[in-house]
Amino acid sequence: MNSAVIETIVIRGRKVVPGVAEGEALVTTEPISGWGGVDPRTGTIVEVRHELRGQSFAGKVLVFPGAKGSSGWSAMFHLARVMGTAPAAWLFNQMTAKVALGTVVTHAPAMTDFDIDPLTVIRTGDWVRVDADAGIVTITRK
Amino acid sequence: MRLTDAEKAMRDGQGGEAVAAAMDLLIRYGEALGAECLVETHNVTGTVTATTPFMRDFALEKGGMDAVFSEFSLDSRKVVNIPKVKAFSSHLQLGFDPHHPQEMGLSEEMVRFYRKSEAETARLGVQILNTCTPYQVGNVPTRGEHCAWMESSAVVYCNSVLGARTNTEGRESVGAAMLTCRIPDWGFHRDEGRRGTLGIHLDIPVETVEDWGLLGYWMGDWVQERVPVITGVGQVPNLPKLKHFGAAASSSGGVEMFHLVGITPEANTREQAYGGNTPTELRHYGARERAATLERINATGKDRQVDYVMLGCPHYTIEQIWEAAQLIEGRKVNPGTALWIWTPRAIKEIATRNGYTKIIEDAGGKILTDSCSAMSRAVPPGTRVVALDSAKQAHYLPAILGVQAWFGTTAQCIDAACTGRWSAA
Repeated sequence: MNSAVIETIVIRGRKVVPGVAEGEALVTTEPISGWGGVDPRTGTIVEVRHELRGQSFAGKVLVFPGAKGSSGWSAMFHLARVMGTAPAAWLFNQMTAKVALGTVVTHAPAMTDFDIDPLTVIRTGDWVRVDADAGIVTITRK
Repeated sequence: MRLTDAEKAMRDGQGGEAVAAAMDLLIRYGEALGAECLVETHNVTGTVTATTPFMRDFALEKGGMDAVFSEFSLDSRKVVNIPKVKAFSSHLQLGFDPHHPQEMGLSEEMVRFYRKSEAETARLGVQILNTCTPYQVGNVPTRGEHCAWMESSAVVYCNSVLGARTNTEGRESVGAAMLTCRIPDWGFHRDEGRRGTLGIHLDIPVETVEDWGLLGYWMGDWVQERVPVITGVGQVPNLPKLKHFGAAASSSGGVEMFHLVGITPEANTREQAYGGNTPTELRHYGARERAATLERINATGKDRQVDYVMLGCPHYTIEQIWEAAQLIEGRKVNPGTALWIWTPRAIKEIATRNGYTKIIEDAGGKILTDSCSAMSRAVPPGTRVVALDSAKQAHYLPAILGVQAWFGTTAQCIDAACTGRWSAA
C-alpha cells in the first residue's frame, strides 16, 4: 500500500508587499498582461495565446516571471481585488513598475529576488505558504 | 525609504487625508520597487474619470467621484475628500468618444454619467486632453524633466524622443503623484536605468511611417524591456514616425526607452547612448527582417473585403490628417466600408478650421476623438475585417475583438476604404 509522500521545500526572497497567506500554486513561465490579458470579473487569464488562458488565479498563489503589456496592469488587478478575484499571494522574478504597483494595490503578500527560482521548484497544485514579512516561502507537495 | 521632512509631513496628515493616503501609497509602492527615495514631479499623465458601468455603480453606491478617486486612484478603502491636484496633470484617452454615443454603442445615461465625471475631474484641475499623445496638445516635457506618465506609447516617446524621465506608471501611482508631486526615484528616473544595453544596426533605409512601425514591432519582440541603441539611421524621422515606432515597440515588447544615435537627446554618440555599458548583443535589421515582420503583423488577414478602416493609433497628428484628407479628397468611401480617424479633440478643431473634417466627412469618413477602437471596443456594426496603418492596433484589435487585420501604409488604407478591398501585400 502506497502512503502519500509529503515533500517540503523552503525558498527565501525579498518582501514586496507585506503579509502572510497560503494557497494552491498556479505557475506559468510566461509573463502576464493586465489590460487585455485578464478578466477581473472572473479572475481568469484571457490572453489569446497564453498557456494559462481560461484558468483562474482567484485565491491562488500566482507564480510567474513578471508583468508585460499596458500601463493598465495595476488597474486590472485592483479591480480583481475589489471584485474578490485577486490572487492570495504573488511570487515573481522580474521587478517592474507595473508589477510593483499591481501587487501593492491588491494588498496580497508578494515576494521577489529569490535564492532559488520559484519557477523551477513550484508546480501548479502545490500548496504554498508565503510569509513575506519573514521572506520565506514554504512549498508542500503531495 | 528615505523621506524628506516635507514628505513626512504629507504622510503624517499635514496636507489632509487624501494627501496622506497618496503618500502612504507612494511609500508602499516605492518600498515594493526597492527605491531609496521619492523624486519631485510636476508633470503627470493618467486616467481619472469613470467610464464603465462598474465604476458608475461603485460611485453611486460608495459616495460619488471622491469614492472612485479614493479607491481607484489612491488605493484607499476609506473615502477621503479629494482636493485639487498640485501637479500639472493631463488626462489620457477614454473608453469611448462621448461625442459619438451612437457609434460607441453608449446609452444616454452612460454619457450623462461620464459628463459628470469629466466635470469633476476638470474641477480638480486635471487637463481634459483625453489623448494617448499628450505631447501633441500642450504637454511637452523638457529633457531631464521628471514625469509620472501612464500609457506605454506616451512613456516611450517621453523617455526616448523628449529625453524626459518616467516609468510606466499606473492609475493609482499617477493619482498619488497628482496630489503630492512625488513618484518613486527608480528605473528611468535614474541615469543608470536609461543607458543602452544592446544594439541594432539598420542595413536598409527606414524612412516611411510604415517602415518605422515595422522596425518597432520587430525590435520590441526581440528586446522586450531592455534599452536598445540603434545605429545606421539615415533620414531623420519626424513625430508621426517616432510615435508609431515607439507604440509598435511597446506592443510587441515592453520597450520604454530607445536611443537613435545622432538623433535622440541622450545619444549624440554611440558611447553616450551606452554610457559605459557593454552591449550584450547586436543584431542587424535588413530586408529579410522587414518582410518577416510584415508577414507576422498580417497573420490574421485572410479575407480581402474590408469592413472598417481605422486610422489614428496613436492619435493622428494634424500632419497625418492633412495627408489623409489629400488622399481622399474627391473620392468616396465604399458603401460597405467605414473610415474612422482618431485624434485629440484639440487637433480635430484645427482639422475642422482647415477644412479637412469636411473633406473627410464629404467622402463618407468620420473624425472621432478621445478614444480608439482598442480602448472602446467599438467598431462599425458587422466588422469582420479591418485595415490599419498602425502596428500597435494590428497587434491589439484581433486579440480584443477577434477581427482580421491588414496592416499597410496610410495610402493603402485609404484605397481600401474607397474600394472596399485590401489589394496590398
